[in-house]
Amino acid sequence: MNKAATLKDLALARSGEKGDKVNIGLFANDAQSFELIRSKVTIASLQRHFERVTWTHMEVYVMENIMALNVVLCGALPGGGPRSLRVDNLAKTMASALLRMKIDRD
Amino acid sequence: MKRVTLASGLGFYGDSIAHVVRSVEANRPQYLCSDHLGELTLSILQKDANRNSSLGYARDLVPLMTALWPISREQKTRFILNGGGLNPAGAAQALLSAFREKGYTARIAVVEGDDLLDRLSTLHHGGEPLTNIDTGESVEATLHKFSFANAYLGARPLVDALQGGADIVVTGRVADASLFLAPLIHEFDWQWDDYDKLAQGLAVGHLLECSGQVSGGNFGGDWQGIPDLAHIGYPVATVDESGVAVIHKAKGSGGRIDFDTVRQQLLYEVHDPRAYISPDVVLDMSTISLVDLGDDRIQVRGATGKPRPDKLKVVAGYPGGFMASTMLGYAWPGAVRKARAAAEILQTVVADSGVEYDELDISYLGLDALHGPLSDESSADELNEVFLRIAVRAKDRKVAAEFGRHFPWMMVGGPPYLAAMPNSDLRELTTIWPMLVRREAVESQVCITTVEA
Repeated sequence: MNKAATLKDLALARSGEKGDKVNIGLFANDAQSFELIRSKVTIASLQRHFERVTWTHMEVYVMENIMALNVVLCGALPGGGPRSLRVDNLAKTMASALLRMKIDRD
Repeated sequence: MKRVTLASGLGFYGDSIAHVVRSVEANRPQYLCSDHLGELTLSILQKDANRNSSLGYARDLVPLMTALWPISREQKTRFILNGGGLNPAGAAQALLSAFREKGYTARIAVVEGDDLLDRLSTLHHGGEPLTNIDTGESVEATLHKFSFANAYLGARPLVDALQGGADIVVTGRVADASLFLAPLIHEFDWQWDDYDKLAQGLAVGHLLECSGQVSGGNFGGDWQGIPDLAHIGYPVATVDESGVAVIHKAKGSGGRIDFDTVRQQLLYEVHDPRAYISPDVVLDMSTISLVDLGDDRIQVRGATGKPRPDKLKVVAGYPGGFMASTMLGYAWPGAVRKARAAAEILQTVVADSGVEYDELDISYLGLDALHGPLSDESSADELNEVFLRIAVRAKDRKVAAEFGRHFPWMMVGGPPYLAAMPNSDLRELTTIWPMLVRREAVESQVCITTVEA
């Protein structure tokens, strides 16, 4: 088995915003992927993945019943979506930016 | 066991009325709940209201209702809509005139009291901190700047309106999911301390409030496998009095409802899934089970709830300056290099002009406008084309409006193979300020009035 994996091949994702926060729901394809994601997609690895993106504080919630993580990037949209200059001021595409993340299968 | 069928109406201001019409024709729901409002929507409606004080409501409310009313009389669907926005009374008046013109008769209840704009100073001086709950900033410097401030009301006034016999309930800022919870409380006589039932109802509302997003739209997965999105079936929930719900859609409609489409919506715009706060109950989503019953039907059960919070959330906004943007499209070869050179040149020109902007945002459409620094640039050299987009923010409208003047000479004086320079669009920005207010301060002022067409 290939040792490196991309989240795109292990999970689904959807993102949105509220106030200055962006949340990304990350949904494992199966129980095995969920275990891998739980152990590898941590605050520390997420901070590395998003290190060049704006945010001030990050939280991760684990939801076993739906094999999901909820990743919250606080301060990702300063002043909220209606004040943002970004093309994607509603952060709908942040989900797929998370799916680019590479994790080690070890 | 008694069951109630709730249909999703619009999921946001600008959603498709045609999809809702097809859903109502096929599903014949007892209730239809329509969510027109987001933070961005309130800022749009506030600009409408500034231009014309009889506006300030979601303008799709009237065409939606005139389309749905005649096709829903057999089962006498009742409607709950937050499209009143910043002017629920104005929305009801507009609806009333449209109904009278068509000869429709209906009892319309208007729920008001969410609008706190004129009360903020009094509330603050009376001891409400009004601190920004995102940033922790205190409100003093901002208090006089707000252009709108609306509390998220809960289900209670909507239940009262339904009990008063309203066919149509028009509200302002009511929590999205509470629009759906209200008819369940009304029908099943759930008590305000039946926390688990309220939590189930809130979960159902949360799943339905964004219309097509639970039935195959915006689906981050095998989206190509989802049939006939052109005729996507908007979702319906059939809920029994214990709160167990089945989310489904019309037979033969497009889209899909399965474990994946539903769980994606469950976490949509959620912070802590174990404490999804609403004015009516605090929902713990971690106890929910989603069971795939096949044929685009998902059973939702097991939500648990905790007592509602003492404070209500208020969403407020104040003018955030003006945004202007422009796009320059460059062709192969070296499209990205040309666009980057153009960006450098333009920043020099702007600096030479002495004009200062509060913020400058540069992105390259086709390369990194969506993923920013996470974009893969390995094939950047060979892109067929790329569009440089520069956006600026300025406090002064004129300064922002004149931004576009820096560019036209680039057609003849900049890097080659440049096309399409859409006029710079000017947009008023709104800074969002979320805060909390004591529940009693808001609820004591909520009022329901009824008008009849």
